[in-house]
Amino acid sequence: MIPLEWYLALAAVLFCTGIFGVLTRRNAIGILMGIELMLNAANINLVAFARYMHPTILTGHIFAIFVITIAAAEAAVGLAIIISIYRNIELINVDKINVMKW
Amino acid sequence: MCDFSKNIMELTWLIPVLPILAFGLILLTGRRGPGEGAYIGIAGIAASFLLSLAVTVITVASALGGHEFHPFTHSVVWATLGNIDVRMGFAVDQLTVMMLMVVTTVTLLVQVYSIGYMHGDPRYPRYYAYLSLFSAAMLSLVISDNLLLFYMSWELVGLASYLLIGFWFEKPSAMRAAKKAFIVTRLGDVGLFLGLIVLFWYTGTVNMQEMFAAVPSLMGTTLKIASVALPVLPLAGILLFAGAVGKSAQFPLHVWLPDAMEGPTPVSALIHAATMVAAGVYLVGRMYPVFAYEPHSITLTVVTVIGVTTAIMAATIATVQHDIKRVLAYSTISQLGYMMFGLGVGGYTAGLLHLMTHAFFKANLFLGSGSVIHGTGTQDMRQMGGLSKKMPTTYWTFLIATAALMGLPFTSGFFSKDEILLEAFHTSLPIFWLGLGAAFLTAFYMTRLVALTFWGEARDPSIHAHESPRVMTIPLIVLAVLSLVSGYIAWPSNNIFHHLVHFGDGAAVPFSWTVMLLATSAAFLGLGLGLALYLRPVISPSIFREKLPWAYNLLQNKFYFDEFYWAVLVVPLFWITKVLARFDARIVDGLVNGVGYATLGLSIAYSWFDRVVVDGIVNLVGGATRISGRVLRYGQTGVLQNYALVAFTGVLVLAWFYLFR
Repeated sequence: MIPLEWYLALAAVLFCTGIFGVLTRRNAIGILMGIELMLNAANINLVAFARYMHPTILTGHIFAIFVITIAAAEAAVGLAIIISIYRNIELINVDKINVMKW
Repeated sequence: MCDFSKNIMELTWLIPVLPILAFGLILLTGRRGPGEGAYIGIAGIAASFLLSLAVTVITVASALGGHEFHPFTHSVVWATLGNIDVRMGFAVDQLTVMMLMVVTTVTLLVQVYSIGYMHGDPRYPRYYAYLSLFSAAMLSLVISDNLLLFYMSWELVGLASYLLIGFWFEKPSAMRAAKKAFIVTRLGDVGLFLGLIVLFWYTGTVNMQEMFAAVPSLMGTTLKIASVALPVLPLAGILLFAGAVGKSAQFPLHVWLPDAMEGPTPVSALIHAATMVAAGVYLVGRMYPVFAYEPHSITLTVVTVIGVTTAIMAATIATVQHDIKRVLAYSTISQLGYMMFGLGVGGYTAGLLHLMTHAFFKANLFLGSGSVIHGTGTQDMRQMGGLSKKMPTTYWTFLIATAALMGLPFTSGFFSKDEILLEAFHTSLPIFWLGLGAAFLTAFYMTRLVALTFWGEARDPSIHAHESPRVMTIPLIVLAVLSLVSGYIAWPSNNIFHHLVHFGDGAAVPFSWTVMLLATSAAFLGLGLGLALYLRPVISPSIFREKLPWAYNLLQNKFYFDEFYWAVLVVPLFWITKVLARFDARIVDGLVNGVGYATLGLSIAYSWFDRVVVDGIVNLVGGATRISGRVLRYGQTGVLQNYALVAFTGVLVLAWFYLFR
């Protein structure tokens, strides 16, 4: 069986990729994607710990499904906002979006 | 005293007030006033004269009326010092009315005379304003019932005298003479004021009658100053007399009067011959109870010695002067000395009678000399001569006044001078002989003056003398008449004047033919010597100068009094002032500047501290804030990713902290 540490390492790599994306991308969609990566890294951790620590209890699985749900909602809201902004200024670079009101 | 008389007497206060009103009016109207102010002044003094005449008539009638005479007094509370009310008011007695008549008469005549003499002067209205101011001050001095008002008026006449001596202030000599007169008389005034304070301190009143009432109780009282016990009465008397010495130009403060001749001649006649200089004699007469608290008091001795010294000294100086007004000025000093020693030897009546007669004939002489100066344009007798034909009215009136001054029989001076000598004869023979000597010298220098001025031939052909206008000669005639007749009120067998003005029980000294004959022969001797030298030069007039040059120079230079005072008082004074000025400049200013510099230095240090330390701290706080703001600003990018990076870094740090510690 693949040891737990491999999963944790995968999750850490995925999380770092995500946070790198969040911190470096100027494109709002890229940032959203980074956030998705970070959430999924967390999901991997949850499932891996659930399977290796308490195989009989399904708390980790359930939690992962909650996270996926929230990620979907977040992506929907985020993309809606991005579309709305794009309609107004035809840009989605976050460093250009520096005013709250037009 | 009936009601009407009483009403008139109540109005006495108006006598000095009328001239002061004239003074104000002339100041207000100036050249636009009637007669350019002259008529206002004359109207004021004429009204005073009439009122004085009424007051005099009432007082004399009531004094001769047989009833016991009480001075008429009226006063109001002027100030309250603690529980002492200082009252201001007037008192009218026989001495007062005598002075009132003398002052108002002479002032009136002088003011009329001045219309002619001062004609065309650029400051004509001002002249009349000053004269009115003087009359007001002099009259209030005369009627004052208290020493305080007396003192104030005394200073005011001094002021008027100063203003009038310096009337032609463009002349440096007039300016200097005015200052000299003011400062020298001030020396005496300090004495008068101290005397006033001493008397006030011991009697608790400034009212003269109340002071006199307190005099017997002060016998033997002493004032201790630094373990020296001074008897109060002589002290007060001598201090008061110091005032009289200054004002009446007695030795040693006589030096101002000859210089005061720089003023207009009518002013010399009024102020420096007839009235103001007689105020010193009046002061002694007025305060006589303080002087004569016992028959031959120390005070009276001082008065006598000073008086007789002055009389002789001034008379000798008068014999060699060339300026007609200076001769008369020294004559005035001499005659004032006469009055003083008359009072000093106990001749109260005699001294005051001489005051009155002298006022008339000396005013006459001065106005006559003014007329001569007006006619010839010079004051130097060496340039005159032969004026008797060109100025007959002046000449005859002058001659009458001269006779009165010499004391020739049946002129006014004959009576008054004889009375003084009579008193001296009964009191002290040395004084009598000295007085006689002064009488001889008086006759001599007056003969010389008349001879040089009016007799002989005109010595300076460039001078075309002319008689003065009538406005000037009429006052001369009036004064000449007064010089002749004013003595008759003191006719020895029926002495009305003595009956009116006397001191104590008022017993007159018996008439003495010896004294009269001696006095008259002294006068004729002087006259004869004068005629022998100057009318028909039997003896050469310059014999004195040739035989005794040192004595001549001594007299010509007035015994070097001015030089002496200059060397002994003025030069050291200048020296002291110079030292003090240096002290001021070096030490006082140095201290002040030192304090200034110290303050400046301190403030520089403070400002450095302020700028460097305080401002430094403030700027440090500000700068630190700014620098930290400048640094921290970079964190506040507005880019969410940056914040997120920070947050993530924080998480990492925390994680590291928890995991590896």
